[in-house]
Amino acid sequence: MSTPNRYPISPADPGPPGPAEDGEVIKAIPLRHPWRVLIAVVLVAMLAVFIIDAAQRKDFGWAEVGKYIFDKRISQAALVTLQLTVYSMVLAIALGLLLAIMRLSPNPVVKSVAWLYIWIFRGTPVYVQLVFWGIVALIYPVLTVGVPFMTPWLSFDNSIFTNLFVTAIIGLALNEAAYMSEIVRAGLMSVDEGQEEASRALAMSWGQTMRFIVVPQAMRIIIPPTGNEVISMLKTTSLVTAIPLSIDLYGVSRGISAVTFTPVPLLIVACIWYLLFTSILMIGQHFIEKRFSRGSGQRKADKGSVPDGPPTTAELTNTAIGNDIGGKG
Amino acid sequence: MSVIPMVLADRVSKSFGSNRVLRSISLKVDPGEVLCIVGPSGSGKSTFLRCINHLERVDAGRLSVEGQLVGYRQKGDKLFELRPKEAAFQRREIGMVFQRFNLFPHLTALENIIQAPMRVKRMSKSKATARAKELMERVGLGDKTDYYPAHLSGGQQQRVAIARALAMDPKLMLFDEPTSALDPELVGEVLDVMKELASSGMTMIVVTHEMGFAREVADSLVFMDDGVVVESGDPQKILTNPQHERTKMFLSKVL
Repeated sequence: MSTPNRYPISPADPGPPGPAEDGEVIKAIPLRHPWRVLIAVVLVAMLAVFIIDAAQRKDFGWAEVGKYIFDKRISQAALVTLQLTVYSMVLAIALGLLLAIMRLSPNPVVKSVAWLYIWIFRGTPVYVQLVFWGIVALIYPVLTVGVPFMTPWLSFDNSIFTNLFVTAIIGLALNEAAYMSEIVRAGLMSVDEGQEEASRALAMSWGQTMRFIVVPQAMRIIIPPTGNEVISMLKTTSLVTAIPLSIDLYGVSRGISAVTFTPVPLLIVACIWYLLFTSILMIGQHFIEKRFSRGSGQRKADKGSVPDGPPTTAELTNTAIGNDIGGKG
Repeated sequence: MSVIPMVLADRVSKSFGSNRVLRSISLKVDPGEVLCIVGPSGSGKSTFLRCINHLERVDAGRLSVEGQLVGYRQKGDKLFELRPKEAAFQRREIGMVFQRFNLFPHLTALENIIQAPMRVKRMSKSKATARAKELMERVGLGDKTDYYPAHLSGGQQQRVAIARALAMDPKLMLFDEPTSALDPELVGEVLDVMKELASSGMTMIVVTHEMGFAREVADSLVFMDDGVVVESGDPQKILTNPQHERTKMFLSKVL
């Protein structure tokens, strides 16, 4: 049973029989959906009524909206919101990855530290946390290093929290890291155990296994919810008013409306900017997801017969076999 | 003859909870020897294999590779558990091939092979790549180096897995049912690679259900059942003339 030649294909083999003549092409009348059409018409009509009505309502102050939508102060503030989002998310992802790895670590001390962190930062409202970070410099005006109840070796002003922009980033990032760590942990745990085992059997250390084998594979699971978190963060930045930081999009909009007494138009302006950014993020997320699902072989077959790897000429001339093999996984 | 045995197991036992998976296993594998372990599923064959490179820890008895205790260090009459780094160091010269291949799906075949030499042995990328290409050639996949595992058949994947293990220049290769997850028509290509490896003088321990392979290639055969070595010795003799009732029953079902 273990002879080397397992496919005794004789050269005289005529091969499989060719396809029979095609049957009659099906030309059926497609199913109709009258209710769908009707409901769609009604909905479009309702939307039209709403838009026409809103356009004529004084309270929306469309003229004001047009005046402020490209106001220098607003676009500046939009940039601040964007910066808050990007910086705090980058920090949160890094810290979240660290926390997730700590929670999965075999070391019980490290594991408990991560658990405690997540317990606190996920268990309290982000608004309250931001208020706290806003006043932390008052509670701890001086930071010292040394043995308790002795003259400190080092002491310096807690100046970092007097910069409200930095405080906002730290506050948002520390909160978000708790959520990111759970997302990352789910991603890491989704990687097959055999991967870690194979890596260990190759004498790679735990750190190497994580870095080169497990984390790259977890990315595919981690990316979609992370995109979600970025969009969520963009909107959460409006809470930095708790610090209080008021140079972000929402803060500036409110500042202007407090002077002009036109709150509704400026809320609409802010909303338009938020929507613009989230729309751009959604498009970005779509492409990142596409990129990370490549090479994983999860859904290659539906794109065509040529696999992602550079096909050799041998394979191109042998597409029938290539397809056969590609079907397995 | 005072050759240090490649693997020496002296009354090795292992339990998962209250379930005793290995019960006083004793056996010896000399350098260059090919040992096949056969037996019904759940008999502890795979667990024993995994103990040899310390993926599982032994509870009782002594297990050593090339005279070195696996997973522990002996000082006087005390045993000390090895640090993860030291345990990893012991695995450097033991290659392992898994039933389900366990190739890294996010890396191409070539990248799969160069990982361990680069990360563990700090080999340069160009050197590791050259060596990996040789190994791919050796397992008959010289033209598939840039393919992702998902684009290879099961048999090809397992051959890449063998090349990946060989890249660390092991002295001992462990095969854990390497053909059990393969379609029947793909078994032969993997066994051919293993035969070539055996004839090149590699020390191999193979847990398998392929009796033909065991008969043809193995220098010795162990039949395990319920965590115990029931019978061991010359494969021809055991396969054609089993002494033990349990061996007879098993062979009558698989042959």
